[in-house]
Amino acid sequence: MKRSVLIVLSVLLLLTLAVPAFAQKPAAQDEFVPVTGTPAGAQETIPAQRLVGIAYGFIWVVFFGYAWSVRSRLSRVEREIETVSRRVPERK
Amino acid sequence: MMKKIFPVLVVVAAAMFAYAPFMILAAPYESTMGLVQKIFYFHAACGMAMFLAAFVSGIGSAGFLFSKKPSYDRMAVAGAELTVIIGLIVLVTGPLWARKAWGVWWQWDARLTSTLVMWMIFNAYLLLRRYGGLGSEKLAAAVALFGMANVPFVYWSVNVWRTLHPKTSVIPSLQPGMRGPFWFCVAAFLLLSIVILMLRTELEKRRQELDALYLAAED
Repeated sequence: MKRSVLIVLSVLLLLTLAVPAFAQKPAAQDEFVPVTGTPAGAQETIPAQRLVGIAYGFIWVVFFGYAWSVRSRLSRVEREIETVSRRVPERK
Repeated sequence: MMKKIFPVLVVVAAAMFAYAPFMILAAPYESTMGLVQKIFYFHAACGMAMFLAAFVSGIGSAGFLFSKKPSYDRMAVAGAELTVIIGLIVLVTGPLWARKAWGVWWQWDARLTSTLVMWMIFNAYLLLRRYGGLGSEKLAAAVALFGMANVPFVYWSVNVWRTLHPKTSVIPSLQPGMRGPFWFCVAAFLLLSIVILMLRTELEKRRQELDALYLAAED
């Protein structure tokens, strides 16, 4: 008896915690609507310019940083191949 | 043939990447989100490049599991590393856009969570390759297949579950002023990804040659 009450209470607790997950969220956007010029009433509390700048800067740094890293790793391996291949005929 | 094409691809990809910001600047503002929506042009293009890299890794892994050819394994490693790099870009630029558009950095919804899971799967692949020791290639290949299987789920998640993330329908419904810059950015990122994949595959090939040389030197 005590056990079944405990189970029922646990289930109720879990359901209470799960409610926010099932709560209705605002619908996702189906399409983007363009406007000419800057949107009206653009009194910003969060500066979009900074966010866009950070996003584009991050993309450029990561993409070109990675390309540069691959290129430098490749040249390092090429140099090592040259050194080791010089050693191989010497031993033979 | 490949050596002749490669420099041309690099020049074209770099030129497109340099010109893309000018097209994005000229594109119209979105009515409700304004300037911050311009993150979309690189964010969504990166998402597509991430899917391409995940497919390259998954197909390479499948090929390696069935044929045991090292060339497939090289393809899988290159794809997995690029998935992690571009995935990082997607996971950072998305919250920057969301902060302004939704008022929060992150939402545990289907699209964002599944993208994070996919990114973690490919991180697991790289960790396995780095620290898994001998024979970890096969296990890693299975992980990459699992990661690739996640791609359709990530893509369709916005249409199946209720989410704040824009649906896949925003892309076919783009207005002419936005459509041109967007597809230009997609082409630039896909081309750049192909260039990096080629370079990374070459690195893996040369590493395998170096290992063989070390073995020969020891004999």
